[in-house]
Parts: sequence; structure tokens; C-alpha cells
Amino acid sequence: MALVLLRRLLQAVVTVAVVITLVFLIFSVIPGDYVSSLMAEKRSLDPAVAERIAAELHLNDPVPLRLGQYLVGILHGDLGLSFATQQPVTEMLGGRIWASFKLACAAMACAIVTGLPLGYIAAARQNRWIDGLAMVFAVSGLSVPGFWFGLLLMYVFSLQLGWLPTFGYGQGGIEHLILPALTLGIAPMALLARTTRAAVLETKTADFIRTARSKGMSEGRLVRKHLARNAFMLILTMIGLQFGSMMGGSVVIESLFAWPGVGSLLIQSVGLRDIPVVQGCILVIVLFFLIVNTLVDVAYLLIDPRIRYK
Amino acid sequence: MKHGKIGTALRAGAMVAALLAGTAVWAETPLPGGTLHLSAPFGAALKSLDPHMTWRSQDMAVSKAFHRSLYTWDTETNAPALDLASSVEVGPDGLTYTYKLYDTVYFHNGRKMTADDIIWSFTRIMDPQKGFPGSSLIQTIEGADDYAAGKADHISGLRKIDDQTLQIKMKNFTDPGMLFFDGVTSILPKEEVEKPGFITHPVGLGPYVFVEHIAGSRVVGKKFDKYFKPGKPYADRVEFTISGDDSALDMAFRAGELDATVISGSAYALYKQDPQLSKGLVEVAELFTAHMGMNLADPPFDDEKVRQAINYAIDRDLIIQKLLKDKAFKATGWLPRTSIAFDAARTPYPYDVEKAKALMAASKYPDGAEIEVWARDGTNGIGVVQAITPYLKAIGLTVKPKVVEAGMLSDAMSAGSAQAWIYSAGTGPDPIAALRCFDSRTTRAGCNYGGFSDPAFDAMLDKAAGELDAQKRIELTKQADGYIFDKAPVWFHNNNKAVVATQPWVHGIGGNVTEAAILEVDSIWLDADAPGRK
Repeated sequence: MALVLLRRLLQAVVTVAVVITLVFLIFSVIPGDYVSSLMAEKRSLDPAVAERIAAELHLNDPVPLRLGQYLVGILHGDLGLSFATQQPVTEMLGGRIWASFKLACAAMACAIVTGLPLGYIAAARQNRWIDGLAMVFAVSGLSVPGFWFGLLLMYVFSLQLGWLPTFGYGQGGIEHLILPALTLGIAPMALLARTTRAAVLETKTADFIRTARSKGMSEGRLVRKHLARNAFMLILTMIGLQFGSMMGGSVVIESLFAWPGVGSLLIQSVGLRDIPVVQGCILVIVLFFLIVNTLVDVAYLLIDPRIRYK
Repeated sequence: MKHGKIGTALRAGAMVAALLAGTAVWAETPLPGGTLHLSAPFGAALKSLDPHMTWRSQDMAVSKAFHRSLYTWDTETNAPALDLASSVEVGPDGLTYTYKLYDTVYFHNGRKMTADDIIWSFTRIMDPQKGFPGSSLIQTIEGADDYAAGKADHISGLRKIDDQTLQIKMKNFTDPGMLFFDGVTSILPKEEVEKPGFITHPVGLGPYVFVEHIAGSRVVGKKFDKYFKPGKPYADRVEFTISGDDSALDMAFRAGELDATVISGSAYALYKQDPQLSKGLVEVAELFTAHMGMNLADPPFDDEKVRQAINYAIDRDLIIQKLLKDKAFKATGWLPRTSIAFDAARTPYPYDVEKAKALMAASKYPDGAEIEVWARDGTNGIGVVQAITPYLKAIGLTVKPKVVEAGMLSDAMSAGSAQAWIYSAGTGPDPIAALRCFDSRTTRAGCNYGGFSDPAFDAMLDKAAGELDAQKRIELTKQADGYIFDKAPVWFHNNNKAVVATQPWVHGIGGNVTEAAILEVDSIWLDADAPGRK
């Protein structure tokens, strides 16, 4: 177990370094910078002022020098100052990570609570009408753009029924969380339903299931002891991947619902070319993905003794 | 000489424009109390709570609740009005302004505002180490450039007479009201700004005291009991929802969660058709001019006839009606129709293909040319390029579109590397400053993106800027705008019609031509049955 974690940690360090360097280089070479974003505010900016801002923010320094300074800063836990607000990036992110994490957890919970039973029922009633219905539902969930689905939910639950607030964070209560969580959770739910169905169907026809059934094992015990446990490995992988990518995938949904997470900060910062904040957001998204997937690896070890023995 | 007298001519023109601005009128007695629910549109998050750091409309819409400037924009007269001062006298030189400040203005920390605070705030904005956007406004004050260049330790044009009397000496005859009304020139308390927490917990002297900011979602303020305007603000609390999504704002407004919000072109078309929603629309012609800029150093735009041909060749009425859903006013010059120097008598370029063809035939490029037009994504960018393409094709100009993001477009325009571009320029409130974008001494990066150079025009503008009499100055400025209109350094497209949707229970919202999203928050009040009172 310790070896697995150590290997994961090393991989994470390399991944983070590569991603951060790439993002830094991309934003350094594409045209436009923070000063040009100021000039794009539909107001003319005095060239002397623009020059002063660029010098103050070291935008004219050589790229290798800026990258080196940034990487050294990261090693010291310093993500720099936002160009736009002059606030420490760590401070700006700190206020937003919890909101994004809460939204990701709620969306994943929605996906698991609906996707798993749906997939299992579809597999249990293979080729019957309920299987077809469940899969139509799943495919629709995958095909529907999250943005459009969010607007649809707003229209139904806020505008027509008046049950839930349209957008915003409120006091952090559940009523503000429901619509964005459902919107963000729809695609993972559909994917989980399909994965669960496939995993259960594959496991159902395995030799050990046939053997257990022929030995007279009850259906409930068969599902609990053999079918669910074996099928769950594939499902767990899917949950890990989906959950890990939710922090980054919530960018559009957070903007739509005025949700104060990392995603909406990222969108704003890209528009402003506020590179330190963009880097900080991407770092959080990458780290979240790596942590979740490391936890999934640990879960493999706990669930499946065969992996431990290997 | 009283400012009221010198400004009479300004006001007269402005009153006419105010009719066009569509100011909301209300007659009832304001009812205090309740919570205002407003939107902070155009972006997913605020850029900064320090008003000196940002010139974005979204941030200024919010900062209007917490901060005030020396002037404000009066939506009824469509002109700047004194805000922190009871009177101003203009010296015989026409450059020196002496303000009598109210002695009842307090910051949210309880300290009384004095002339020192205005001097300190303006000096901070001009700080060369900061590069604040408002420095382009403050540098119109005498001595500001020397201070920024490190040649002086203070701005010589700012002088305290006593605690409640301030003197400002301008470099030229620009009305300071046209410059010092935006959030970027807010008056701030030095002792609070210098605290590390100011950036997250702003302290000002506006109608509301900052309560909380949930970044990317909401900003809340509560009524400031020592606000200097008696009886104001009317509402006890204000909440801004931060959202850059037009559809979400539309839904929230329709659901009654917002008292007012700006709306998009597609929503405008639907609201206009709705018998209830249409009643609450406040429409304004904003001080922006959408146009196609042309690099005048590049062929075929180096030929005036080609540029005029373009202006004749395009049916703008149809584009405004079909593409922009009537959410625009046809531009009849560089200065928009709500500018004090707008020439209402000028006839716009008509849609006349034959005349356009004749001009092309008489130009240096009778066989036409290929032109690359840069634009941002969206209806007002690439949508317009697509709309004008067939019109220009008809006179021999083949359009090659290039879609880029805002920063890249701005860079290319400033560097002179774009051949033509679709853009919306701020063209007010100071008309002379707006026309300086065609002054040969203004660099491309300074806003003369097309590189227009004409000594005759420079002289006309200088003459207008040097005229002490306000009415004559306006006339000279109109002439300068007319000159630009004839020379056609751009394709004059439209002035944005900004639309604020208001609920039937909300009152006191006027059309702000400088930016419709910026509402005079202290004047808004709610009916007794408004959702904000429950």
C-alpha cells in the first residue's frame, strides 16, 4: 500500500509540473495579455499607463525567468498575486474550493443514487421494456448539453413551479445546491447507468456466478457476495474518473448558476488573462483529479484481494 | 462664474438627448425599506472591490452602492451633476474650479470627508507605481503628468482651500464633470485603503455599507445611516447577483428574483412582445459607437472614396432590425445621439448601392479588393461581419473574416496589424475626448487605431477644445464630428441600445447612457408588496 501511494505521489508531482509548465507557456506565447484585456474594456487606456502596468507586473520579463520564478514560488506554497486584484492567489482559491467541492460531491451523489440502480435494473431486466427505457434515459443524459439542461431545470423549477431559486449561493443552503448539482450530475449519472449495466451483465455470465447459482446459493446472497463486488470494480473506476473531472467540468455550470467555485473564477481569469489565478485554478483542478484517483487506487486494494497479492 | 450658468447650454442639449435616453418617470412618494435585488452582469466574477482598480461596467455597477465620486451621472438631465459638493465656481481662466464640499459627508468608518480625501484619492489614482485605469482621467488636471513622471511630489492642480473647499485646475477646458463621475475616481478614506483588508472589505461613503462578497456569486450591502443625502437610500439592503449569463439573468428576472437587470438582444425581442414585461423596459442609447475600423495605412482603406463607398453600400437598417433585433440606433457620426455634441440635423449615409459602386469605380481600386475583417465571437462581432459580407461583395470587396478573442483584437488594433475590425468604442461623455481618437497626435495604442492623420481635423479639434464658451465649443465639436463623418475613417454602424428590464414593483431606475447597468442605487425604492419586502 505504501509503495502504491509513493508511486502515485511521484506521478502526481511530475503531472503537476508538466501541466503547470504547459499552461504557463501557452499563455505566454498566445497574443494578448492582462494589459490588452484592460484595453479591451471598451475604454481607451493611455499607452504610458499600459506600459507602467506591464512593467509593474513583470509582463515584459523573459518567459524562462517568469516561469522559473513561478515554479520556485509553488515550491514555497506561493502561487503569486492576482494581476487584477493584487490578492494572493491562495487566498482567492481558498474561498472557492469548498463551494466547488460541495457542488462536485452533491452532483456525484445524485449520479450514484440514480445511475447505479438504473443500470442494475436495466441489467436485471435485460432486453425488456424497462431496460430500453433506462438506456434511452442514459443516452439522453449523455447527449444533453449541461448548459441547456440547467436552463431547462431553471425554467421548470424556478420560473414555472417557483420551488427553487434560479441561481446564486444564498447562505449555502441545499435549496441553492439542488439545480446546479442535478445539472452537473446528469452526464455522470448516465455514464454510470451504462457502466453499471455493462458490468453487471458481464459479471452475471461469469463462470463463478454460474457455479455459485448451481450450488444453490440464494439470489440475494449471490448478488451481495459475488456479483456486486466484482461488478463494482469497473463502476468504481468510472466513479473515480467522473468525480475527479467534476472540478474542471463544473466551469460552465458554475457560471450559469452564479456558483462561487473554482470554475467561475477560472472563466473570469482566462478572460482577464490573469495568469497567476488561471494557473492556481488549474493546479486545484489537477490536484483534485489526482487525489480522487489515488483514493480509487487505494479502494481497489481494499476491495479486491487479487490486486493486493499482485 | 457659477457652474450652473456655464452649464446651461450643456443642459439644454442634454435635455433633448434625455428624451431619447428614455428616462423612467415616477410620481409616487418613495417608500423606504426592503431589499433590492439587482444584477451585476457581464461576467462570472468581479474583478476587484477596489473601485480605483477597475473600469469594468460590472464592477462599477456594484461600486456605485458603496462609493461616490465628486460628480455623478444624472439620468434625468443626461449630464454630470455635482455629488459630493453643493456648488462649484469656475474661475475667469475657465480652467480653475472651486468646489464647496458638503460638510455632512461621512465615510462608513464614521470619519467626515474633507478636501484632503479628494486630493489623496486623485493622487492615489495617478500613482505611477499602480497604473490605475482612472489615471487617464486624472491626468487632465494640471501637474498630474509631472507627478506621474516623478518630477513632483504632488499634483499641483489640486489645492485645498480649507476642509470643505477644494480647488482643481484643469489643463484644458474640459468639464471635470465629464471625467470625475465614474467609480474609477471614487473618493476613498486613506486610513482604510492602507489596511490590508480593504481589497476584500471596501469602505467608502456610498449609500450602502459593505456586508459580504461571495466571489463569483453575490455582493451584499446594508443601508448607511449617515449617508449624506437626506432620506436616502430608500432600501435597507442591496444584494447584487454576479452573473455573466444572459439566459440565467433572464430566467431570474422572470421568476421575480431580480428587481432589475440589463437584458440581451434576444431577450429584448421577446420582452417587447410581452404586454407585461414591455412596460418595464428602460431603453438608452449608450455612449458607445459600434463601427468597422479600418487601417488607413493599408489599401484599399487609404482611399477615402472606398471608405465612403462602404458606408453607402451597407443596409444598416436591415442589420439593426434583423440581426440586432432593433437593439441599436443607427450611428450618424462618431458621436452618439446621447452626446451633448450630437448633430441631430446630420443626414446619415443612406443605403445606396449605385452611389457606392460609382465611388468604387472612381477610387484607386476600381477592381475591388480582398479585406480581412477581425471580430470577436458573437452577434455583435462575427455576426456583423457575416451580415456585411454580401453588401461589400456587391461593390467588389471580398471579406475574409477572422475571429479572435477580445485581448487579441485589442492588441492587433493597437499594433496596426489588423486590416479592419468590428469594435464598439466608448464615445462619451466628453465629445472632444472621443474625437481625439482621430487626432494625428494620438497613437494607435492611445485609441487612434486606424491611424487617421489630418492636420485640418487636428486644428478643428484644438479650436473646439480651446473655446471657453460652452455653446460655441459644442458647435465646433459638432463640426469636427461632421468632418470625420465625411472622411469616413470607419464604417459608422450603430449606438448600442442598452435595455434595463424593471419589475412593476420597483421605482427610481433611470437610463444611464454612460452604462445602463450602473444604476443610481440610492434612488431606487420598492412598492409595499414587492418580493424584496417579504
